[in-house]
Amino acid sequence: MHYVAVSLGLLLIGTAGLLLRRNIVIILMSIELILNAVNLNLVAFARHHGNAAGQVFALFVIAVAVAEAAVGLGILLALYRNRETVQVDEIDLLKW
Amino acid sequence: MTLDTLFFYAFTTLTLGGAALAVTRPSAVHAAIALMVSLLGVAGLYLQLTAEFLFVTQIILYIGGILLLFLFVIMLVNLDAGRGLRQFHRRWPVGAAVTAVAGVVLAVLGSRVQLPPAQRMPETGNVELVADTLLQDYLVPFEVVSLLLLVAVVGSVLLGRKRA
Repeated sequence: MHYVAVSLGLLLIGTAGLLLRRNIVIILMSIELILNAVNLNLVAFARHHGNAAGQVFALFVIAVAVAEAAVGLGILLALYRNRETVQVDEIDLLKW
Repeated sequence: MTLDTLFFYAFTTLTLGGAALAVTRPSAVHAAIALMVSLLGVAGLYLQLTAEFLFVTQIILYIGGILLLFLFVIMLVNLDAGRGLRQFHRRWPVGAAVTAVAGVVLAVLGSRVQLPPAQRMPETGNVELVADTLLQDYLVPFEVVSLLLLVAVVGSVLLGRKRA
């Protein structure tokens, strides 16, 4: 299944962005990439098994991703208003 | 090479290339545009997998909704101030190592899987099939998702207020 390989590549790129970047907006984008990789896998296996349940599951994942992006960006705005930064390693109030 | 494989590789290039650009560009606006390219590639792959409903959903919700939200936030938060700064963490080799190990493990596991023989989708239309599955087998999760979206709307409005 070539689609699983594409999905793996997308997942790895998303993980790398999530772990390496300092900018919160880019980190949220990486999370969207990871969710897309999962969706691609679900749809590929739905096709393979001849069953629409995987596509329905992908729809649910999209709905959760929308909610996550809305809340995450709301948190980001509130954070920016208070701290004037979007670099994750400068936000260390709860560390130590 | 048939037309199908040609389109598959074209969409794959769009997906992976856009994703790689999105996580490496210093400018957040450029990253958002690259993310759009990547999401379009995924939408094309959905179309190839005969998931037409998800193709439309992907374009309307992801590219029309989430990406617009990202662009709005990028405009609200002055991201250009961070362009000259370091883009990656100081301890980036750790993250890169974790990613590489995960990739190797998943690739090895994936190459050992024995898939059952492929089956054919029912001959009814894709939208009809998804609607039947969604509204018959998964009705309760469907309703719970509406509750989740309501909570998310109220939560993001609360978070976005001037004096929260």
